[in-house]
Amino acid sequence: MPFDTLITALKLKFADLATSEFRDNRRLVVKPPQVFEVLQTLKDEHRFDMLFELTAADYLKYPKATDRFGVVYGLLSTTTGERVFVKTWLNEPELTLPSAFPLWRGADWMEREVYDMYGINFDGHPDLRRILMPEEFTSYPLRKDYPLRGRGERHNFPVITRAES
Amino acid sequence: MALTIPDVMLARLDPLANWVRSNSLWPMPFATACCGIELMATGASKHDIARFGAEVMRFSPRQCDLMIVAGRVVMKMLPVLQRIWLQMPEPKWCISMGACASSGGVFDTYAVVQGVDRFIPVDMYVPGCPPRPEQLIQAIIDLQAKIRATGTLQGTEFGKRTEHKGPLPMSLN
Repeated sequence: MPFDTLITALKLKFADLATSEFRDNRRLVVKPPQVFEVLQTLKDEHRFDMLFELTAADYLKYPKATDRFGVVYGLLSTTTGERVFVKTWLNEPELTLPSAFPLWRGADWMEREVYDMYGINFDGHPDLRRILMPEEFTSYPLRKDYPLRGRGERHNFPVITRAES
Repeated sequence: MALTIPDVMLARLDPLANWVRSNSLWPMPFATACCGIELMATGASKHDIARFGAEVMRFSPRQCDLMIVAGRVVMKMLPVLQRIWLQMPEPKWCISMGACASSGGVFDTYAVVQGVDRFIPVDMYVPGCPPRPEQLIQAIIDLQAKIRATGTLQGTEFGKRTEHKGPLPMSLN
């Protein structure tokens, strides 16, 4: 299906959809409350049946950026081989998105990773815990305002001397 | 010429214990990165640490004498490393193998511990990224020499190391 046809079909339902295209990279930019509906429409009506990527980026200090976090969903149609990216912008303090877990089970760990690294919450996720960092970790390390060397977390352990071990 | 073995031999206990211990260092391979590959090569037939009595890699800390930390240790792994070190029976020694285990190496990030010697006692450091098997063998030979020179039957030399000699933890501010 050509991208224009997809956009026309989607705009009947979602009027304020923003789109862009570069080579074979086709993007839809939606508002956070609409994300779940757009994903559901793409899955059910346009046969984008696979979520191959769910990730985020911090646009703090990014030139000309107006929003803080971008969350990106990569969808693939396994029947036609077409891909489309759905992107949404989030700003503090409303860092909550509806979970894509009811649509794709594969969203489970990817949403946990986005939560772990950026602190973005997913409403309706069955088990939103940290996936890479330790449970007691308190920061979100891939945020651009988090220092590369951390805030002392890597040195916050008891020291064992030879005499006491 | 027939070799005659005397019926009775006399020896002091400390050198005897050191001789036995230094020639049967069973390693605990704590291999977390590419240094682990060199550690495996060291154990394989070409380099063959069996020549120094250290070929028996044990994956249970209860049966080990020598912890070889081969590779970077992240903050999520450090409690595991400390626990394994505490589970090893006395007498025990530790080799910090490679740049990452000794100093964090190129991984100067929030998650990687900047040298395991900040948190567990280390006896021998091996430089290199990763070190060649010859360097690890040299470290084992040097450790054997250290054990023969300083070891005691009761292990009293360990009890004297009450102070932490490695780099101290950085302050949080």
